[in-house]
Amino acid sequence: MNIVVCIKQVPETTEVRVDPNTNALIREGVKGIINPVDENALEAALQLATASLPQARLRDAGEGKVTVISMGPPQAEEALRQALAMGADEAILLVDNAFRGSDTLATSYTLAAAVRRIGDADLILCGKQAIDGDTGQVGPGLAERLGVPQVTFAIGLEVADGKLRAKRVLDDFFEVLEVKLPAVVTVVKQANDPRHPSMRNVLKAKKAEIKKWSAADLEADPKQTGFDGSPTQVVKVWPPEKRGGGKKIEGSADEVAGELAKLIKDMNIAAG
Amino acid sequence: MDFTFNEDQTAILEAVREFCREELAPRAKETDEAAAWPAENVRKLAELDLMGVPIPEEYGGLGMDFLTWSAIGEELSCACTTTGAVYGAHALALVPIMVFGTEEQKRKYLAPLAKGEHIGAFGLTEPGAGSDAGAVATKAIRDGDHYVLNGTKIFISNGGEAQTYVIVTSTDPSRGARGLTTFIVEKGTSGFEFGKDEKKMAFASLPNRELVFTDCRVPKENMLGRENAGFLVAMRTLAVGRIGMATGAVGVARAALEAAVPYTHQRQQFGQPISNFQAIQFMVADMATEVDCARLLTWRAAWLKDQGKPFEKEAAMAKLYASEVAMRTTTKAVQIFGGYGYTREFPVERYMREAKLFEIVEGTSEVQRMVIANHVLRELNR
Repeated sequence: MNIVVCIKQVPETTEVRVDPNTNALIREGVKGIINPVDENALEAALQLATASLPQARLRDAGEGKVTVISMGPPQAEEALRQALAMGADEAILLVDNAFRGSDTLATSYTLAAAVRRIGDADLILCGKQAIDGDTGQVGPGLAERLGVPQVTFAIGLEVADGKLRAKRVLDDFFEVLEVKLPAVVTVVKQANDPRHPSMRNVLKAKKAEIKKWSAADLEADPKQTGFDGSPTQVVKVWPPEKRGGGKKIEGSADEVAGELAKLIKDMNIAAG
Repeated sequence: MDFTFNEDQTAILEAVREFCREELAPRAKETDEAAAWPAENVRKLAELDLMGVPIPEEYGGLGMDFLTWSAIGEELSCACTTTGAVYGAHALALVPIMVFGTEEQKRKYLAPLAKGEHIGAFGLTEPGAGSDAGAVATKAIRDGDHYVLNGTKIFISNGGEAQTYVIVTSTDPSRGARGLTTFIVEKGTSGFEFGKDEKKMAFASLPNRELVFTDCRVPKENMLGRENAGFLVAMRTLAVGRIGMATGAVGVARAALEAAVPYTHQRQQFGQPISNFQAIQFMVADMATEVDCARLLTWRAAWLKDQGKPFEKEAAMAKLYASEVAMRTTTKAVQIFGGYGYTREFPVERYMREAKLFEIVEGTSEVQRMVIANHVLRELNR
């Protein structure tokens, strides 16, 4: 079984800074990491690749191949190396100035073109959403572009007889879906515990070749990639205002209760 | 002397740090309080290729040098002292096999140790032989193609959990230290049993067990090094072991420093964080300086070993200094935390109890001073 995992490099920080002029994220001085839930997608892929073998023995190179792809700037190569260190067999970076400014529509177009070029994917896995953009649209968009079934928010995956059985986690229930392969699945954090790379793989990944595909390699329609292919424009991005410190009421239980009741009354929000 | 890490070492240390931060450190308290062999952590070390760091690649190891082995060990010990101690004790079996093993012994024993399928342990200490290694009373008597072992080892780290034991015996008691011989003994060998597991001041999850040999027949092929040359095997092993102990000591000292500093910023007294007070600042300055000194001594000893140069004195200096720094640094950390530091809410009281081990194990501070003095008195006698 051949699996393609789409990953995104995101800044390792919860304190996102935004350039007020361009509304773009400031990436300088911030370490790039694999979007955390994309690691869960990769872990799911590595487990499926192993499970599809006769006995769950260790994988030999070439069988149950796991290919990682990422669209991004040249430095996204680092995220792909991390993915190789975790055990992916091959890594492809989709890098071209023509991809700059892609929204989720253009991103899913570009990723779909890459998946088609790879050619023999049985399953395409993505993380549920990225911690920087938080849209959760690329996975579903990719499925539409490829014209294959999609399962979002998967917590468990099983493959048998060319079909995929996936357990979805929804607000207050689970749902089990069965779809034909190939399919696109987005994976949630609770699906698994991503492995740490072995030292041998860390060393191997450092020397591994990362393929680089341009817009021309993908024979991409320039109207559908990058800024030109992105109907969504970010008008403004800003960090949320810091919340105030609140008010601390001190004293005996009676005093605190009295003070609190008075405060609520003054706010005119209490019923009656 | 150059401690600049190359790209491979840097990548490995970065991966180890991430593993420590995400897996070992969050569970360190639980690992200690379980008072049980940290099987899950050890399994992960094996999966990550960390049980065979210095073993040559041809025997399944990573083939890295002892400087890298020490740098990794510091990270492990800093995140989880128990796991770091298992890593260190494991090396006490793989080092003598690497150095003195025949090709056959290396193939048979190093490969599973490198993969972490087998855990290693080293048995020297006896009720009557600690600092005085020459007083080993466990006897090995030749009988045809075998040696018959009788005697008891105590305090053996990884004892009971390890599969591969390097055991120091006496083959010629009349010759004392010159009559010692080392054997590789497998767990499960008839006549080899485990006795008491010591209850200790700290390191409750690290086994320190009795190894009991009763007419235990070990094939002569398992002799490590030559007959009656076991003292050399033991001393070489202990010299590397001292780098390992210095490494563990640096790790626990660093853990105490890294716990104490954020606390000095949080803790308010007299209307300000205690980090504003010179009394605290001076403690922090001394802790940081001493931890760095201890690490540099440790790395120097490892580097000398990697260069094939004599390192016995330097390993003893590193072990002596690092273990005493661990004791001082962890004690200061408890002092900085004040009353809270004395409680089990915070890890520093555990670090303080753990630090004491390093001043005792693998040659007490007094034995290290003897070793160092022997060298210095000779070297500077003109």
